[in-house]
Amino acid sequence: MPILPVVLWTDALVYLLLAVVAGFAWYVRGQEHLRAPWRRVAQAPAAMSALVVLALFVLVGLLDSVHFRPALPAAAGAQSREPAYAVEVESVLDVLLSSLAKRPERTYSAPLATHAYAKETIELPGKDGAPARQVRDYPRLKYGGAQLHDPQREWKADVLLTTFRGAALALPLWLLASLALVAACNPAERVASRAFWHALWRGETELPWRAVLITLVLVLLLALPAALLSAHYHVLGTDKVGLDVLYQSLKSVRTALVIGTLTTLVMLPFSILLGIMAGYLRGPVDDLIQYFYTTLNSIPAVLLIAAAVLVLQVQIETHPDMFPTSAQRADFRLLWLCIILGVTSWTGLCRLLRGEALKLRELDYVQAAQAFGVSQWRIMLRHILPNVMHIVLISVVMDFSGLVLAEAVLSYVGVGVDPSMISFGTMINAARLEMGREPMVWWSLASAFCFMLALVLSANLFADAVRDAFDPQVRVGARKLRLRRIEA
Amino acid sequence: MYAYIVRRVVYAFFILIGVNLITFALFFKVNTPDDIARMQLGVKYVTPEAIAKWKAERGYDKPLLYNAAASGGQKFTDTIYFEKSVEMFRFNFGLSDDGRDIAYEIRTRMWPSLALALPVFLVGLALQITFALMMAFFRATYVDFWGVVLCVVMMSVSGLFYIIGGQYLISKLWNLVPISGYASGFDALKFLLLPIAVGVIGGVGSGARWYRTIFLEEAGKDYVRTARAKGLSETAVFFRHVLRNAMIPILTGAVVVIPLLFMGSLVSESFFGIPGLGSYTIEAIQSQDFAVVRSMVFIGSLLYIVGLLLTDISYTLVDPRVRFE
Repeated sequence: MPILPVVLWTDALVYLLLAVVAGFAWYVRGQEHLRAPWRRVAQAPAAMSALVVLALFVLVGLLDSVHFRPALPAAAGAQSREPAYAVEVESVLDVLLSSLAKRPERTYSAPLATHAYAKETIELPGKDGAPARQVRDYPRLKYGGAQLHDPQREWKADVLLTTFRGAALALPLWLLASLALVAACNPAERVASRAFWHALWRGETELPWRAVLITLVLVLLLALPAALLSAHYHVLGTDKVGLDVLYQSLKSVRTALVIGTLTTLVMLPFSILLGIMAGYLRGPVDDLIQYFYTTLNSIPAVLLIAAAVLVLQVQIETHPDMFPTSAQRADFRLLWLCIILGVTSWTGLCRLLRGEALKLRELDYVQAAQAFGVSQWRIMLRHILPNVMHIVLISVVMDFSGLVLAEAVLSYVGVGVDPSMISFGTMINAARLEMGREPMVWWSLASAFCFMLALVLSANLFADAVRDAFDPQVRVGARKLRLRRIEA
Repeated sequence: MYAYIVRRVVYAFFILIGVNLITFALFFKVNTPDDIARMQLGVKYVTPEAIAKWKAERGYDKPLLYNAAASGGQKFTDTIYFEKSVEMFRFNFGLSDDGRDIAYEIRTRMWPSLALALPVFLVGLALQITFALMMAFFRATYVDFWGVVLCVVMMSVSGLFYIIGGQYLISKLWNLVPISGYASGFDALKFLLLPIAVGVIGGVGSGARWYRTIFLEEAGKDYVRTARAKGLSETAVFFRHVLRNAMIPILTGAVVVIPLLFMGSLVSESFFGIPGLGSYTIEAIQSQDFAVVRSMVFIGSLLYIVGLLLTDISYTLVDPRVRFE
């Protein structure tokens, strides 16, 4: 089927980010002094477990960042040779999850339910020519558990069996995956030795293989049964308009990742440039830059974001012709949100860089470069910039989780992502209104909670390890601490 | 020292002018009053007359910066910039887009905000410091390890979930306090207990972890080793020396948010139905009332700048080196 690829603005930036990360990794490979701190990150069990989880989230987010418009089936009798494309923009993830996305119920249903959540009036066909009766009962769902003839008897066995099948499938898959992973990352003779596997079992390998593999098996044990179950059920229930909650949660991942990463990426050039300039050049340049960021900083972040998003809303509503599809409009708003979040959060990094550049400019090697007549820009680029990169890296990874959390709050305030865009914030916001229902509709909230916690917690754990590995101050402190423990 | 403070005050005033210019540009230049009027009146089917009338009623029908039609000093005062932005320095915020006096709303609404935010700040700070002190005192033990784990988990949970969880558990399941609402005087207490508890718990994770690093940094300094070498007990070292010295960065760091307490919390106030400035702001954002948002941006920045000033002053009080610079 022909498709029309669509590159949204955020998609393009995600690809750019991917290229930057790949280039950075390639560069680090050849530099021992840069590899060393990453090795320390790789030796932290918590960080590597978190990385496994993060990698899965990133995979979901990347699959959701390849967009296209599927071609519509040619209308009968249509003469034009140009294929017509759907207005809806889909992603690869949508295609993979089409069994979830394309099976809407009418309204709420509980996780794994076979019947709707609320009673409705159902028309029963009359028996033996008797007139049809009307009963108030829970109607069967259109898709959830539709393959069961008698849900009351079969449901429990079916769910248990499917879960068991999923778990049984997960274990061999895990064994294969672990073998492949371990073999790919270790030299052959090491993998062949018994001692290595013993060490792995006791958790004494240099890289924390045990923690990684345990995380992997846990994730697989969750994911595979859920995948099998979702063929016939709505594993996490459905929301008000009958959309699968699991699908929503997976779609939210991209929004969260985009906000968490692009925000810092967008503003990174400015904060690096201004921070280093202020610290290195000092004098009036420094005063001006300091004045600039203090002023921006004094406007309360939420209010500045609210003001900017209100401004954007006016722009969008007065220029509807700029955005042909609703996905493009939502995407533009997401990008704008990233930019404005960046404007409110870049000042912290800028101040840190200024302080570091102030320190570095007094060091001997910079003085020597000055004495040789190296130009100021070249000194900043070649001598200052590489030596503040660890600060940039730490602040990027530390900011990520805060930004993901901020998105939820902003969407609640009404200045977050476009209401049509699926995100954790919009999920929580929609679910919040149903708190008062009896019985309570809890599954949307619970799903958003679990997915967000998994994402933010693993991001926090990973960020901590990165900070510990790259921040010289922390490292000295940790060594002191370790020494004291040995003394005690 | 007074010269230093005067210098900071003058600097703060310039920052306030900068904020004023930025908000003015954002609200009137990027987004002209015509756009706002069109949006308020509904985007389609708007006649130019309706827009002109809307603008005239709210005083947006003047030139932005320079009124050539007026005479004398009025060339500058009879403009949108002067009437809507410069007047803010006199705390004259004008009317909101639905015609109410913003200054009056702010005066009445800041007290409920303060009633919520001040206890959250004080109790939260005390709890964070206690927790951090405990972790630092038992550093490099399981108490410390699991304490940090708890902190990281707690700071990984969105604040919205603390509110939703608290409302569900305490108010709905156990029926201890009302879900939301507010009353004046001492009746407010039962409405405030839950929001305060939620606010305190929501902030413990990141706060305690941050203060723990400050305590540890302080505990690694040379004078602490000297104190131990003198033969002081670990308890004495910690509570007499480390705690006192670590309180300096902690308290000077906390000073900056004190004025902002008047602004209240956006999310918590609107969830719990407390008629403070936070819920006022959120309502204004949702109804796209630009006049109110503009005023709140100004007040928020003003309070933040006051907080910065207080920080500077508190530094001069606790650190004599700043005084002599």
